[in-house]
Amino acid sequence: MPRFVRYLTPLVAFLALAGLLFKGLSLDPRKVPSPLIDKPAPAFSLTRLKEPEVVLSNADFKGKVTLFNVWATWCVACRSEHPVLMQLARTGKVAIYGLNYKDEREAAKQWLVRFGDPYVANAFDADGRVGIDWGVYGTPETFIVDQQGVIRHKHIGPLTQEIVRDEILPLVQQLEATSG
Amino acid sequence: MIPELGQYALILALCMAIIQAIVPLVGTFNRTPGWVALARPVAWGQFFFLLIAFAVLTHAFLVNDFSVLYVAQHGNTQLPVMYKISAVWGAHEGSLLLWVLILGAWTLAVSLLARNLPAEVMARVLSVMGMISIGFLLFLLLTSNPFARVFPVPAEGGDLNPLLQDFGLAIHPPMLYMGYVGLSVAFAFAIAALISGKLDAAWARWSRPWTLVAWVFLTIGIALGSWWAYYELGWGGWWFWDPVENASFMPWLAATALIHSLAVTEKRGAFKRWTVLLALTCFSLSLLGTFLVRSGVLTSVHAFASDPARGMFILLFLLVVIGGSLLLYAVRAPHIPRGGGFGALSRESLLLGNNVLLIVTTALVLLGTLAPLVYDAFGWGKISVGFPWFNTMFVTFMPLLIILMGAGPLTRWKHNDPAALAKRLKIALLISITAGVIIALPFSTGSVSAGIAVALSTWLASTLVSGLRQRLKNKPGIGGFINDLSGRGGRSYYGMWLAHIGIAVFVIGVTFVTQFDVEKDARMTPGQSIELSGYRFRFEGVNNVPGPNYRSQFGTVRVFKGDEEVALLNPEKRTYLVQTKPMTEAGINAGFMRDIYVSLGEPLGGGDWSLRLYYKPFVRWIWLGCIFIAAGGLLAASDPRYRNPLRHRREAAVTPAGAASAIRSNA
Repeated sequence: MPRFVRYLTPLVAFLALAGLLFKGLSLDPRKVPSPLIDKPAPAFSLTRLKEPEVVLSNADFKGKVTLFNVWATWCVACRSEHPVLMQLARTGKVAIYGLNYKDEREAAKQWLVRFGDPYVANAFDADGRVGIDWGVYGTPETFIVDQQGVIRHKHIGPLTQEIVRDEILPLVQQLEATSG
Repeated sequence: MIPELGQYALILALCMAIIQAIVPLVGTFNRTPGWVALARPVAWGQFFFLLIAFAVLTHAFLVNDFSVLYVAQHGNTQLPVMYKISAVWGAHEGSLLLWVLILGAWTLAVSLLARNLPAEVMARVLSVMGMISIGFLLFLLLTSNPFARVFPVPAEGGDLNPLLQDFGLAIHPPMLYMGYVGLSVAFAFAIAALISGKLDAAWARWSRPWTLVAWVFLTIGIALGSWWAYYELGWGGWWFWDPVENASFMPWLAATALIHSLAVTEKRGAFKRWTVLLALTCFSLSLLGTFLVRSGVLTSVHAFASDPARGMFILLFLLVVIGGSLLLYAVRAPHIPRGGGFGALSRESLLLGNNVLLIVTTALVLLGTLAPLVYDAFGWGKISVGFPWFNTMFVTFMPLLIILMGAGPLTRWKHNDPAALAKRLKIALLISITAGVIIALPFSTGSVSAGIAVALSTWLASTLVSGLRQRLKNKPGIGGFINDLSGRGGRSYYGMWLAHIGIAVFVIGVTFVTQFDVEKDARMTPGQSIELSGYRFRFEGVNNVPGPNYRSQFGTVRVFKGDEEVALLNPEKRTYLVQTKPMTEAGINAGFMRDIYVSLGEPLGGGDWSLRLYYKPFVRWIWLGCIFIAAGGLLAASDPRYRNPLRHRREAAVTPAGAASAIRSNA
């Protein structure tokens, strides 16, 4: 009997894998319910990426709808997302702030020189502590914060033109209308 | 009307596949020669209808038939003809159709080329391939119909993703699929052998050339993808450990293990169970790759339209195919006789080491790829596994593999005296350590990694040269070499030789470009020059140039070495008119020893641009190595001993009776 059992090992391993994949089908890697939705944005105060002597904090978000984008130079998906942010910035429809997450200052600055800088300003979060407060799982992630500093939406994974058109911009317009 | 013909053709192909899967197999059980003989003509019929379906979809793209939903989504009147054709496999439905067509083509190839196969074996193999085809055709017809119509008919199509409008990426999927699907042949041979219970040297010999060819295509496909990423993404990288890349790399690693263990099974009758399990694993991994890419369980930069219904279908299919085959394995494996024994130091034991290392690596890649899913499934949060993890793993295991790779071909089958082997390897060891130390010394490169890489590559090269000298000792001159190359077993050896040299070249390329590449970001004004690694880059400015279906910001950079102009580079930023997606096209001057690479950043006003300049030493060696590896595989697959049973019998006639009958059963 143990002889037979030995040859069943690959099958058992595969069935375990199949179980995992089955579970995976019901999960959406891009969707995580954020406990922070409709809560005030966690307070933070970090140096700015380009001007280390100036502080960026959530006080800067007050009074306007803000798109807060978490990114890093080591993140492949951020690279593919970047042109979308550039286009969005050109339209001027929403103020884009960035959280440069677990990155190196020089590398991040060079990235912005090279690919363009869609951000009004970036907070430089070298050890990722602010990212933890904001519940960042991975890059890129994008939050929408309203005029009162309340988080209204979180998008996980790279933004695409479709997502910006169908989800982000309508929400921004709606938020601007409600308290405009 | 024509698109409906495509759909009918698919349904007819499905009918053919069902007959192909059932009738010949039943024929082998109830010994009905007519049913057994049906396998080949039905396979041809299936291929014929698949070809019609594929031609119909291609035609729809060429004539801009936007009443077909798939064409309306991915076609466009402005698309150049070449990309209208490649758009056929530019998204989920069409690429699946290509997949099935290629499966049909492999089936056709087996039915036509494997002429020395006994009719019953042929029937079983084609039947298994028919079963796989049923699964994919059902998938296509039930969840992903490429011929679905749309009404009202749009006036213009949504266009092919601009990323895919590129020569490298037009031919990358067909090559890759040839590899993925080609592994189904080894799988079918393994299942056929398990069904019949005859896992012998003959089975290994029949499987070897097919496995090699599939592996060659997989190699080419992966290399093309990496080359594309290098010149198209505009940031000089060539491999990203993206889940989709891993999905192609895992079957490659497993297939590399398989071609080595098949050699042991054929030559020595050992590793039978292991080899058959590997053959099942290889194709299972390519099916798993399909699942990962198309079900949406992992995020990737290669986003296929994902759909849980499709994911569920593939998962069920995986359960039937992989689960079924592993169950068959569990039932049959205890009855497989043990193969020939071998000593602790023998070519078998070194090849076993090779297999273990390759499979451990495959498992680690699988683990890294699935880790985000595991974390998510158990509610531990979300993670992404990046470069550092995969790179550390590779840097740990590859040197061991290369050390074995050098020693293996010089080691005897069955048993090798350690002292004798040490004597044979002594000089190679000495040369490679010396070479490595020289490279690592401060006055040459000062890089320990480069030293190790050079030592490993020299080790491979010097052991290969030593083996070649040994082999040609009694075959003097160029004539001796040509005789050896054209004789039985010759091309297998020289194929191995070439592929292993390819690894040496690849290792140098990877290490040197990682260690010594130089890059610089700069703001440049037209006319300004910048020095980098002994080259002077002069930025001439950017013009707006219209392309066939895009607008281009066309940069010009002249590169000088001293006063001599060595390159005129044109990095571009293209905006495709339909999807308005910006794309970068790097300007590259390729060279044997280095690439000069420029990509265009953003306009900074007043004609100034941000530019990224790279000097990439030895980067071509990465793909040169891949070409050697693929060429070696092809050479080995073309060995006459796989095709020439006649001559083989004549040889057998002069050997002692026992051996002769053993060999005859192999032919």
